[in-house]
Amino acid sequence: MSDAATPEVVAPEAPATLYGVLLSHSRGQRVLHPTREQYVATVRALLADTFVMCADLTAVDYLTFPGRTLPDGIVAERFELVVNLLSIERRERIRVRVQVPEADPSIATLFDMYPGTEAMEREVYDMFGITFTDHPDLTRILMPEDWEGHPLRKDYDQGRIPVQFSTDFAAKDVAK
Amino acid sequence: MTIEPDVHDIVATIREGNEAEQGLKPRSELTARELLREVGAVLRMSEAEAAKLGDLPVDPSEDQTMIINMGPQHPSTHGVLRLMLELQGETVLRCKPIIGYLHTGMEKTGENLTYMQGGTNVTRMDYLSPLNNELVFSMATEQLLGITDEIPERAVWMRMLLSELNRMSSHLLFMATNGMDLGAVGMMIYGWREREQVLRFFQKVTGLRMNHNFIRPGGVAADLPAGWRDDVLHLLEMIPPRLEEYDILMTGQPIWRDRLQGVGVITQEEAMALGATGPILRSTGIAWDLRRDQPYLHYDQMEFDVIVGSYGDAFDRYAIRLNEIRESIRIVHQILDAMPSGDYRIQNKKVTPPPRARIDESMEALIHHFKIFTEGFKVPEGEVYVAIESPRGEIGCYIASDGSATPYRMHVRAPSFVNIQCLPHMMRGGLVADAVAVISSVDPVLGEVDR
Repeated sequence: MSDAATPEVVAPEAPATLYGVLLSHSRGQRVLHPTREQYVATVRALLADTFVMCADLTAVDYLTFPGRTLPDGIVAERFELVVNLLSIERRERIRVRVQVPEADPSIATLFDMYPGTEAMEREVYDMFGITFTDHPDLTRILMPEDWEGHPLRKDYDQGRIPVQFSTDFAAKDVAK
Repeated sequence: MTIEPDVHDIVATIREGNEAEQGLKPRSELTARELLREVGAVLRMSEAEAAKLGDLPVDPSEDQTMIINMGPQHPSTHGVLRLMLELQGETVLRCKPIIGYLHTGMEKTGENLTYMQGGTNVTRMDYLSPLNNELVFSMATEQLLGITDEIPERAVWMRMLLSELNRMSSHLLFMATNGMDLGAVGMMIYGWREREQVLRFFQKVTGLRMNHNFIRPGGVAADLPAGWRDDVLHLLEMIPPRLEEYDILMTGQPIWRDRLQGVGVITQEEAMALGATGPILRSTGIAWDLRRDQPYLHYDQMEFDVIVGSYGDAFDRYAIRLNEIRESIRIVHQILDAMPSGDYRIQNKKVTPPPRARIDESMEALIHHFKIFTEGFKVPEGEVYVAIESPRGEIGCYIASDGSATPYRMHVRAPSFVNIQCLPHMMRGGLVADAVAVISSVDPVLGEVDR
């Protein structure tokens, strides 16, 4: 993390890989880009390689920002699952980013490898509507059980009160 | 019920002090330093004995058990945590934490606040260590901006000072609530009293007791006020004797030990698998502290010890927090020696608004000031995850930026959110009264659990 200021993705001649999965760097941090099919195998390999803790699991809805930078060969999808793994032995972190298509927002659970992802995956399900196959208890965790919609999706209205000096002029249309 | 005789046997062993060299010496024979090392680390039941306490009673038939709800309004649940407990008599067979009662969509809100406003949002998540929240958010923003190395020295040291004092205030509050939950009501007043002294210093520096929005991308909001050093020194003189009092009041006290030792045991494997961090992970003997293991700010220059336990029980977690206050005091002493003079925020026009005086003389400064506070500054496209050690464990901030002035996605990895997953494991086979001790020892802050 100390070399944090390193700007942008390092572009080597041949694309770097780890466990046969594309590897990139974001602000000096290592990022793996497996496909949905490679996802479990990649994480299993990382677990075997001393990454014994899953620090964080979250998702991003890239609905309104499709043109983001991704390594060649990765097709941008609407959702992206972001998993941060931690190796206590080597004091390292690695991030796994998986593209999840809008048409079929589902992905395998990591519960078998990291039981601690139970709540995090439920949160992602609750907030983004991404389902995790074989998750033991895939229910809403933060919102009420009968809630409709998934609040952190970009097409979910936030229903805010417009503020003065807002630069978001579309949001100023309070009349409706 | 086989639990009670066991406890008494073990306690009797502890009282007799026949654990050979590890016996507790009388307080009068100890130097302060020895005491500091010894407190919480000696005279404990063996791991096998502690594990025996966690054993489930043999298969309960269903009509003998009862499911009750504890919380969300129960005072010992630290806010609005609700636990569904399956009980057989007084024994907890299963436990399921149910959260979300304090969910206010802060991550969604964060997507609509500029990076400069974002601090006001994240600071309200873990309201007991607001400065650490602000710090991790600011550090993530700075990494995206690529200005991490340009933050002025004084700002870095001020951040460390505030972060450590915040750790002290948070742990002092833990002392208070832990005491209250276990019936040491006097302790509640004492812990609160000391914490208030620290908050008074925060008020002097930031203007507010909590929710400061003081650490901002690019540095801190203002310089330290006149006389700050005396105030800190006063705190550093005042708190250690009070910690000694806590030792007398709680650490060495038989009832306190009875209530905490062997309660809420968690193993190393469980803690790591569940992603637990902070005092919970350290109580199992894993010396993992991001301040030492993945140093940020100038923690690599600090000399301090990572306090670990050996049994993973509630007493370890109590003792770790108590001694972490002492370690923080050590760190603050070193910060006081090292505090440089100079700028307290980056002199980068892009991030920092012009000083008030400039606005009176320069039209450009006025425009610039207005633009920064209305539109905010743009942050280059990218994504970053930054983690620091908060009093409760690893607090992480994941920001994905689309190049605009607001985060495209702002996610906070809240330590309490992950840590409360340990509750079912810790409570299994324990008593209802111990459930209160277990919740307390995890020290969750529901503000960041639900966000």
